[in-house]
Amino acid sequence: MKVIIYDKPDRSEDDVARAIESKFPGAVEVLKTAPRRIFLRVTRESFLDVCTYMKDELSFEHNSCVSPVDYIEHFTVVYHISSWANHIMAEVQVDLPRDDPTVDSITPLWGGADWHEREAFDLMGVVFKGHPDLRRIMLPEEFKFHPLRKDFQVGRRV
Amino acid sequence: MADEMWVNMGPQHPFNHGLWNLRVRLDGETITAAEPIVGYLHRGWEKMVENRTYPQIIPLADRLCYGSSFSWSHLYCLAAERLFDIEIPERAKYIRTACLEIQRIISHLTWLMALGTDLGSYTILIWCLREREVFIDRMVDICGARMTYNYPRIGGVRNDLPPNFARDVIRSLDLFETRLQEIEALTDSNAAFRMRTVNIGNISAEKAINLGLTGPNLRGSGVELDLRRHEPYEVYDDMDFEICTATDGDAWSRYRVRVDEMRESDKIIRQCLDKMPEGPVRVKVPRCPPKGTVGCRVEDPRGESLMYIVSDGTDKPYRLKVRSPNYINLSAAPAMLLGYKISDVPSIMGVLDMCIGETDR
Amino acid sequence: MDTLYTVLYDLSDWVLGLLAYIVDWTRLDFLSGLADWLVSEPVVVVVAVLLQALIYFVTLLLLGLCFIWMERKFLGRFMDRRGTQIGVLGFFQNFADGVKVVLKEHIVPKAADRGLFELAAFGILATSFMLLGCVPLSPQFYIIDVDLALLLGLAIFSFAPFSILVGGWASNNKYTLIGGMRAAAQLIALEIPLLLVVVSVVLMTGSLSFVGIVSWQQEHLWLAFPLFIGMLTFLVAGIGESERVPFDLPEAEAELVEGWQTEYGDVRWGLIMACDYLRAYIMCGLLTMMFLGGWDGPEFIWAEVWYLAKTFIVFFFFVWIRAAMVRIRTDQILMLGWKKLLPLAVVNLLVAVILKTAEVF
Repeated sequence: MKVIIYDKPDRSEDDVARAIESKFPGAVEVLKTAPRRIFLRVTRESFLDVCTYMKDELSFEHNSCVSPVDYIEHFTVVYHISSWANHIMAEVQVDLPRDDPTVDSITPLWGGADWHEREAFDLMGVVFKGHPDLRRIMLPEEFKFHPLRKDFQVGRRV
Repeated sequence: MADEMWVNMGPQHPFNHGLWNLRVRLDGETITAAEPIVGYLHRGWEKMVENRTYPQIIPLADRLCYGSSFSWSHLYCLAAERLFDIEIPERAKYIRTACLEIQRIISHLTWLMALGTDLGSYTILIWCLREREVFIDRMVDICGARMTYNYPRIGGVRNDLPPNFARDVIRSLDLFETRLQEIEALTDSNAAFRMRTVNIGNISAEKAINLGLTGPNLRGSGVELDLRRHEPYEVYDDMDFEICTATDGDAWSRYRVRVDEMRESDKIIRQCLDKMPEGPVRVKVPRCPPKGTVGCRVEDPRGESLMYIVSDGTDKPYRLKVRSPNYINLSAAPAMLLGYKISDVPSIMGVLDMCIGETDR
Repeated sequence: MDTLYTVLYDLSDWVLGLLAYIVDWTRLDFLSGLADWLVSEPVVVVVAVLLQALIYFVTLLLLGLCFIWMERKFLGRFMDRRGTQIGVLGFFQNFADGVKVVLKEHIVPKAADRGLFELAAFGILATSFMLLGCVPLSPQFYIIDVDLALLLGLAIFSFAPFSILVGGWASNNKYTLIGGMRAAAQLIALEIPLLLVVVSVVLMTGSLSFVGIVSWQQEHLWLAFPLFIGMLTFLVAGIGESERVPFDLPEAEAELVEGWQTEYGDVRWGLIMACDYLRAYIMCGLLTMMFLGGWDGPEFIWAEVWYLAKTFIVFFFFVWIRAAMVRIRTDQILMLGWKKLLPLAVVNLLVAVILKTAEVF
């Protein structure tokens, strides 16, 4: 076997951001670009398509993190998706309505997202459609709450 | 025993260093299914920090992993500095880099000692403990603590280096270089050690990337990827070091990568001490950061660790999400375990470098 | 020369005679037959044998303690630590540990097969102590010296897998079951090369009793020189038979907790542990007896001392190997037993046959 070397970035941040934006007009909004970072907001309907495109065409090989945030009026799930070849980390935000926090799972694309999504489901109550095994991971199965939500009272007895 | 049986290796088991459970299904002694179960040590860290002010979180970040606490509190401070949008003094950057690499050596020695116990050699355990103690002493010189240092601050580091620090560290490193050779004589040139690690727990580069492996575990599969080089922070872009890789993707490769990395850390520490500028080590920081988010990642001894902070303009973070490298490395463990024997579990999980503190948070 | 038995026979004869004299002197009617009975041949023999067994038992238990002490102290030094500390050179640490173990509560798992659980512990204890009876310390200091002592010893030795398997099964625990099966497989795989080596020794010396084997070596030369391959094979197989690192798979701590002994606690565990060392002693003793001339040595000091000194040197090698090696896998042990040691043992047998037919000795 030979060593896979990610020496020089193939494409610049702006280049990658433009490519995504032009591929999905209307669905993707480029918030800003910075050195080694691009920030995107994607609608939840086209999210899986965007991710598939990013993985297959733009060599985003790695899902770093899935961070759900509770903004009271809505949820935002922030995906950190890395392209080793381009030395870029994309921060993809998907807004979900509070009464229906459902989004497509990216575990079929990036196996590494599996436990991140399970954790997001467990602690924040975001449901990932198409996840192969969406169970609680940190808390016991019979736990009724999603403690990272802002309406969860700290110190309440369960 | 024609039937397959499920064996719970944990939560209390000599091989798992920390509280977690590995459920394996055995056909004879061959593993046909594996499922890591975590959460026994879940402390609600992310909820806890939402009720702490920014400086109060530093000692908590230390407790994410007792094995490499400095790299966690440093990551938190680095992320917070990017959120506050402040630049720290040059000297503080060099001090942090040197401490990070000392911490990397300590962490890797802790890993090697645990691996030694897993494979049944207590000599490796004790020898690594002995070497680790030398570097812990250096950290004690700096900040007075052995494991959880609470040393970095948002805007620099807590205090300047003690007198003669450079001399002591150089002496420790000189000693360490010879002692590391002794330890390698116990492992590299030991046929039994090779038998236990070579061609065990193979994982291909493509699969490793897809499963989200990072750090030494990914480099062991032949992927030259190191965030110190690819996304430099502190003063790593001034440092001359190599990214250690091994190509076989087995337990032996991952072991080799870590041992080589200790030598590279040695090099980096010497360069840091050489180039260390004079000056202040800390700047004043406002109480509340501006509104905004920051995602910051560094190369932890175990892989890519990331903190995502959302600030709402108050003195407490609105949301702080931690990506623990070990959490994802552990989720990839079944892919490495399948098809191997139950005796291989300690070697495969041992070289993964488990730390449950940061896994469960 | 007086053997232990004859000395004890005289002693018990004298003591019983004294008792009979006292009984006689009391002139009590109801004791009239007792004096004659006390000095009769069967009673004297029984008392002598019981005394002999007691002395032998205590000697060997002390010897076992010496072995444990030696292992702990030497392992400590190998690992650059101090080892046991209590008493002179830490010798009394074992006594302290023994007291602790005796005071522990006896716990039988609820799901265990209680009868077999106790029986297995008893079985391994009984066979180990029976073994000790077969191995003399010198031509004078022994319990029995039958013509087939060597064969008897090895036969009793190979009774162990049975007890281990029963113990592992009766504990009703998955770890113990796997450990028990591993032990059985491993002991059988190593038994055969071991026996082939013994056959070559018997072929050379033409005797199956230890006294015969040693006296042949006193006449000619130590068998270590002509049968060097055999000695190495015996050493490796012996380490495996006594279940020590690197072949301690049955109690592989990392994956099987404590292997088949997991559920045993209190004094039973302590005695099983002591038996492990006694079995290691037997292996060292057999090796000394068969290859290193047993109690052969200049006569300025007792034969027993020569024998024990050699045994301790062999045991030192056992400890050394333990300090340097990691544990290997079950399939690798079986591979070693069948594919490496067995051919070596056959080659060794061939050497013995050639030497014998060429009438070198």
